[in-house]
Amino acid sequence: MKPLPSLRLALLLLLLAVIALSGCDSSQKLPFRLTDVSGHMPDLDFKLTDDHGKAVTGADYRGKVVVLYFGYTHCPDVCPLTLAQLHVVMQRLGPLADKARILFVSVDPARDTPAVMHTYVNAFDPRAIGLTGDARDIEALSKRYRSAYTREPSGKDGSYEVSHSSAIYVFDNKGGARVLATPADSQDDLVHDLHLLLDTGTQS
Amino acid sequence: MKSHTLLFLLAGLMVASSTNATEAAHVQASHAWLRVLPGDLPAGAYVTLENDGDQPAVLSGASSPLYADVMLHKSSSDGGMSRMAMVDSLSVPAHGKAILAPAGYHLMLMKATHPVKPGDTITLNLKFADGSTLATNFLARPANAMDSGP
Ligand SMILES: [Cu+2]
Repeated sequence: MKPLPSLRLALLLLLLAVIALSGCDSSQKLPFRLTDVSGHMPDLDFKLTDDHGKAVTGADYRGKVVVLYFGYTHCPDVCPLTLAQLHVVMQRLGPLADKARILFVSVDPARDTPAVMHTYVNAFDPRAIGLTGDARDIEALSKRYRSAYTREPSGKDGSYEVSHSSAIYVFDNKGGARVLATPADSQDDLVHDLHLLLDTGTQS
Repeated sequence: MKSHTLLFLLAGLMVASSTNATEAAHVQASHAWLRVLPGDLPAGAYVTLENDGDQPAVLSGASSPLYADVMLHKSSSDGGMSRMAMVDSLSVPAHGKAILAPAGYHLMLMKATHPVKPGDTITLNLKFADGSTLATNFLARPANAMDSGP
């Protein structure tokens, strides 16, 4: 039952080749403090509408370090808290934050029109962009990053909540997925990891 | 011996009358604020409640002429999912406190009868299980505020 030594070696070489290949696109290994997902998640890609009503894709944000978060505007507690935390993070980055964007993707496109998203994200940070669009395109983006959301049953007045993943995804300026964070993680760690991506971004 | 018994009785009565004071009468509210969101989006309100009484005080909700609907809610996170659910009550333990803060318990304010701006102070009547109420001033803070402020 033991594989032949040569087969073992071949498997090992194959494994090394796979690691090398997956690593080559997301440039060098960086000493992230949060969960490093480099090479384990697909590049930033989507087809949505921004808060100016313009059709956008993931490629439109190449050149920026992207912080992606799913939520909805009728969420009174956790979504605004997370966006407020991301605003503080952006402030702590100082001028470097100009090379970063917060992408807030609505999981409630029925209520979140581009106009609603526009006033909403701008109440938090000038570098935040609201993305909404076709329910299917939003689902595709959510699935791409193994995120999930569920619309809860409506109340008497027709209002409803949407339960959603709380993950925060960080992409480098080439669209490579690099770091996975949660709102419970320390702000210092997120600032640290964004610094790594923004500092290397200026050299290349 | 008789006078002693009387004293005990009196002391007992005094204790009884002090616990008979309303729940609201034993509660102090601090760090009361709400997060103003654009348009008519629902807002979260937060407060720290301290109870100096010997009995728990049970918060059951709140009301305000400024909002058509106020609900006591709790956000929770499990398995990486954020959820929010209505709760019937929140107990402020005897000689203890309960904190309503982002990502946990909050009062959800819906359908403002007129716009509320950051910097405004609004009054919510906190309701307790025994029917008593505590009028509390909440400071309206900007969307990206983290807490009740300086
Ligand atoms: Cu709520």
